[in-house]
Formats: sequence, structure tokens, C-alpha cells
Amino acid sequence: MSKGIFIVVEQRDGKVQNVGLELIGEATRLKADLGDDVYAVLLGCGIEGEVNKLYHFGADKVILVDSDYLKNYVTEPYTKAVTEVVNKFDPEIMLFGASSIGRDLAPRVASRVKTGLVADTTGLRMAKTEQELQQEAAHGCKDPERALLMTRPAFGGNLLATLMCPRTKPQMATVRPGVMKKIDKDETRTGELIKLDVQFTPEDMNVEIIEAVKANKKMVDITEAKVLVSGGRGAGRDAYEMLRACADELGGEVSASRACVDDQACEWAKTEMQVGQTGKTVRPDLYLACGISGAIQHVAGMENSDLVIAINKNDTAPIFSVSDLGIVGDVKKILPKLTTALKKYNADKLV
Amino acid sequence: MKIIVCIKQVPDTVDVKIDPKTGNLIREGLPVIINPDDKAGIEAALAIKEQTGATIQVVSMGPPQADVALREALAMGCDEAVLISAREFGGSDTYATSGIIAAAIRKLGMPEILITGRQAIDGDTAQVGPQIGEKLHIPQVSYVEEIQEVTADHLIVKRQFEDGYHIIKIKTPCLLTAIGELAKPRYMTVSGIVEAYNKEIKVLGFEELKDDLELDMIGTKGSPTNVYQSFPKQLKAPGTVLKDMSDDELVAAIMAKLEEKHVI
Repeated sequence: MSKGIFIVVEQRDGKVQNVGLELIGEATRLKADLGDDVYAVLLGCGIEGEVNKLYHFGADKVILVDSDYLKNYVTEPYTKAVTEVVNKFDPEIMLFGASSIGRDLAPRVASRVKTGLVADTTGLRMAKTEQELQQEAAHGCKDPERALLMTRPAFGGNLLATLMCPRTKPQMATVRPGVMKKIDKDETRTGELIKLDVQFTPEDMNVEIIEAVKANKKMVDITEAKVLVSGGRGAGRDAYEMLRACADELGGEVSASRACVDDQACEWAKTEMQVGQTGKTVRPDLYLACGISGAIQHVAGMENSDLVIAINKNDTAPIFSVSDLGIVGDVKKILPKLTTALKKYNADKLV
Repeated sequence: MKIIVCIKQVPDTVDVKIDPKTGNLIREGLPVIINPDDKAGIEAALAIKEQTGATIQVVSMGPPQADVALREALAMGCDEAVLISAREFGGSDTYATSGIIAAAIRKLGMPEILITGRQAIDGDTAQVGPQIGEKLHIPQVSYVEEIQEVTADHLIVKRQFEDGYHIIKIKTPCLLTAIGELAKPRYMTVSGIVEAYNKEIKVLGFEELKDDLELDMIGTKGSPTNVYQSFPKQLKAPGTVLKDMSDDELVAAIMAKLEEKHVI
């Protein structure tokens, strides 16, 4: 019988990535309903030092595949290793981070082991209600009480869909980074280490990495940004550094209102940064409107953002009617303080 | 040299409207386009064609109306177009879809280079490309942002990561999945459009492919994943406006909100 919640933990340069710890956290929540152990699958080269961290964040067992073949991420050796884990351990559930690595690896594995895969999920739960159990059974699921329901956005986030994988195991999904929560670190927690020896051959290394470069990502299109710190007239003509500093802490980009872009003296606000009817339509996870009044043409370009927080001096500014959180105050004072608070938060978060 | 580019016709999701009562997508009047990543893939293939004289087959799976996307690809300069279409294929998830497209590619003859977009804007899964690669047993590089060298037996490409890039040498036959940065698509030419409408679009249906398919793994019934329900994104609760508080209290309120919504 398929058993266990398996997290394929992403590491880069030998360091476990946050998304892996987030998924282990989510797995502990699924475990509360399913009862199965949480397995962290760690692949890499010379990475045994990272194993304890996986216990501290909730893994019951760690499966370690340590090999020169896994030093850099290459599709085939990683696919082979994860496939071997599936064949040997027969997992009930297997989750990957929906990063540029997880989204390369998971579909190869799912195809090789002939099971379903749900992409970029934002919500996971075990089937529980009568309707859920019934639907699973109606779709051929033999053990509905062990079925996973996976929710993901579609059509540019306009719709949410909940999917199931009723007839094949493991039930597999990739999960968006930053959505699930880590559990609190417990350094006294320990677990069982399983070292898996995978027999790689030179043919497995079917591509050659000529150069591996770490780089700061270049300025992205604001329509692609997950977080936008957006400046309006109220932010001032010299607001760029202040906006940029905050965006950097949030992993986001800087955008602007038309008032800023049209203002010749406001040099930082370029056309490609403009949000609104005549600018770009954006739907980031967070839109932080700084000193933007919220004219209709501006709102048309950002109203579909997941979370809108507006800072404005004027408590009757129309931007507040489309904001989840409105802050009446001086953006030039509040934003730098927010940046400082985020800096501290990010520093504390580092494991 | 032969290149196959897989494309998908998608609704332009910028303009998507949802029926508030049924929660379904309102398809009437919705503009359809070639998926942007796929279009970058077409352009990259055209650049290789100009350099090497390769021929390009463009392939799309979808309803008969998807021939509009195929004709656009022909008008851009692709040589042949193939529509994979059958009632039996409807409702296929990514596993089933990739199995069908892989069978079609085997039928058409393996290319040296297979290109798909990284992901389509309607589903955003990024799964079909790698799953085709797996079913054809060829190596892949996904998230390709630059093709630096093309020879008869290998390519050198730049693969994007969130925090950097790899320069990768890969032997042909191989799969590349294209991201928008790979190439800025050219416009159709007038003569290209005229020519495109005089060309025949080859159709591969169930009969042509059935001998090479896992028959229990196609369509709605055979797809390993099934939709349990779909629903429109929840409308926002009315927001709160905070005033007459100190700057520090206001910053704390913002931080709490960011944590609550998992932004940080």
C-alpha cells in the first residue's frame, strides 16, 4: 500500500531552500489527517550537513541521495533519483516546490512513474466531507479517505480549481513558494536518516553544463512582478530610492502612477513602469500604493491585485476604497520605517 | 534539420471575464492568441531556419478552431502545420495531452529540435513540454532564454533560474522549452498571410494515432487528474482604513497584514 508524505526538498549550492521547509510544514499538517510519516527527500552532493535542519522543521525521516551526479541541478540524474525513491518507497503523496527546478523535475518524474501531477498549487487538503469522499470514489479512487485535494489558480488567477488524482499513486503536486508556512524550528527534534544509493551511469549526464552563473536577476517587466511598490505624486519626485529599498526587501519591483510618469521633473518614473488604463495592467500578490490618490484609470490597472495596501495622507483618497488595508499618513515617513521593519524580519527569517 | 514547434491557442487572459453566477469562464467574444511563450518558440525556430535552412513543422492540439493559430504560425514563416484534434482527446490533462502529442510527433518523424513554450497562460502548468520530452525519451532544457549555438548534433543554450543561469550543451534530438525572453516574435507579412491561407493544414485524429497511444490514459476519463470543482476567486472583503495612529503602529499594522497574507 502506498504510504508516506514525501517532500522533494530543493537545495541550491548545497543549501536547503525555504520552499522545501514550507512544504515539510504543510506535510506535518496533512499528517494530522492522514497519519503517515513525513519524508524529506534530499538530493545533492556533500549535503549531509543539511539533514538535521529537515528534522528541526518537521521531517520524520530523511532520504538522502548524495552523489557527484547531483552537484548541479540536471534534469536526468535528478529524475532518476526521485523515480527510484518512488519505486522503492511507494509514496502516497509527493510534493515539489513550483520553482524553475521543481517545474522541470516533477513533470519528468510524474510521466516516468505514470501518475498525475497538479501544477502550482496554493492549497492542499485531505478529502473529508461526504461529498469529497463520494466524488473521489465516483472517479475510481479505492481509498477516498487517503485522497488529496489540490487547489490551484487558473486563467491568470481569475478562477481557482480543485483537482484530485483518484486512481494513481503517488498523488503529486508542485506548490508555489511562499504560500505554505514553515513550522517553528525545534532543534531538539530528530529523525531517521535513510541513505539511498542510486547507481548513476555517465549516460545519465545527458547534458553538459558549460557554465553555472549566479546573478542578480535583471529588472523584470512589472506585469510579471509578484510584488509592486508603486509611487504616485504624493511619494515625491525623488522617491525612487525609497520605493526601491522597500521593493528589494519584498522581492518586488517599482511601478508608478500616470501622474508621476507624465511629470517631466519626476525622472525616475519611466513609461514602462506605468500602471493603469493607459499603462500596464498588473495583478501582483501585493500592490503597495504609495502616495497614489487612485483615479479610476489607475485603479483599472491594479484592481485585480491579490492584496492592496495604500498609504496616503488624504483619508478620502479613492485608492482606499479598493484597498484591503488603508494607511492614512505620510508615505515619506512610513515607507522607510516599513523597509527597516522588513529588513529586520528578513534577517530573522534566515535559518 | 527539422524543427517541430508545439503551440497552443489560448484565451487572452488579460481580458478574461467570469460569469458571477456559474463561476465559468465567459468564452463569447474572448480574443484568442498564440500562447506568448510558444510564439517566442516559433521565432527562435525561424531564426534557426534562417541560419541553417531547417524546416519547421508547427503542431497544435485543440479544437478545429485552433487552425487560426496554426495559420498565424505559417504566416510568420513556418513550413508546415499540423492540427491534432479528436473528440476522444477532449478533457485531457497534461499527462494525457503529452502522450497524444508525443504520439503525433513520432508519427510526423522525430525532429532534431523540439520546441514548446515553457507554459501556457490559461493553465500555467509548465508540465506538457517536459512530459512530452519524457515520453519521447529525449533530454530537455527548460526555461531557455537564449540559443547560442546550433550544429547538426548539438545546441548550446542559456537556461534561466531564479538566481542565475546555466550555459548548457545538449545533444540533438532534444527538447527546449522557451520563455518570452528567448525571442521577440516577428509580425506576419502580407504575402505570408496569403500563403498561409493557401496551405493545407494536416489533421491527425484518433484513427491516425490510436495504435501508438495508451488508450486508457487519454481524454477526460483516462486523465490521471480530474477536476473536483472550479470556482471564481473570492471577492475581497471591504478593507479597513487606519488613521490617527503613530507611524510605528501603522508600520506594525502593515507588517501584520503582510504576514497574514503570506506575502512575507
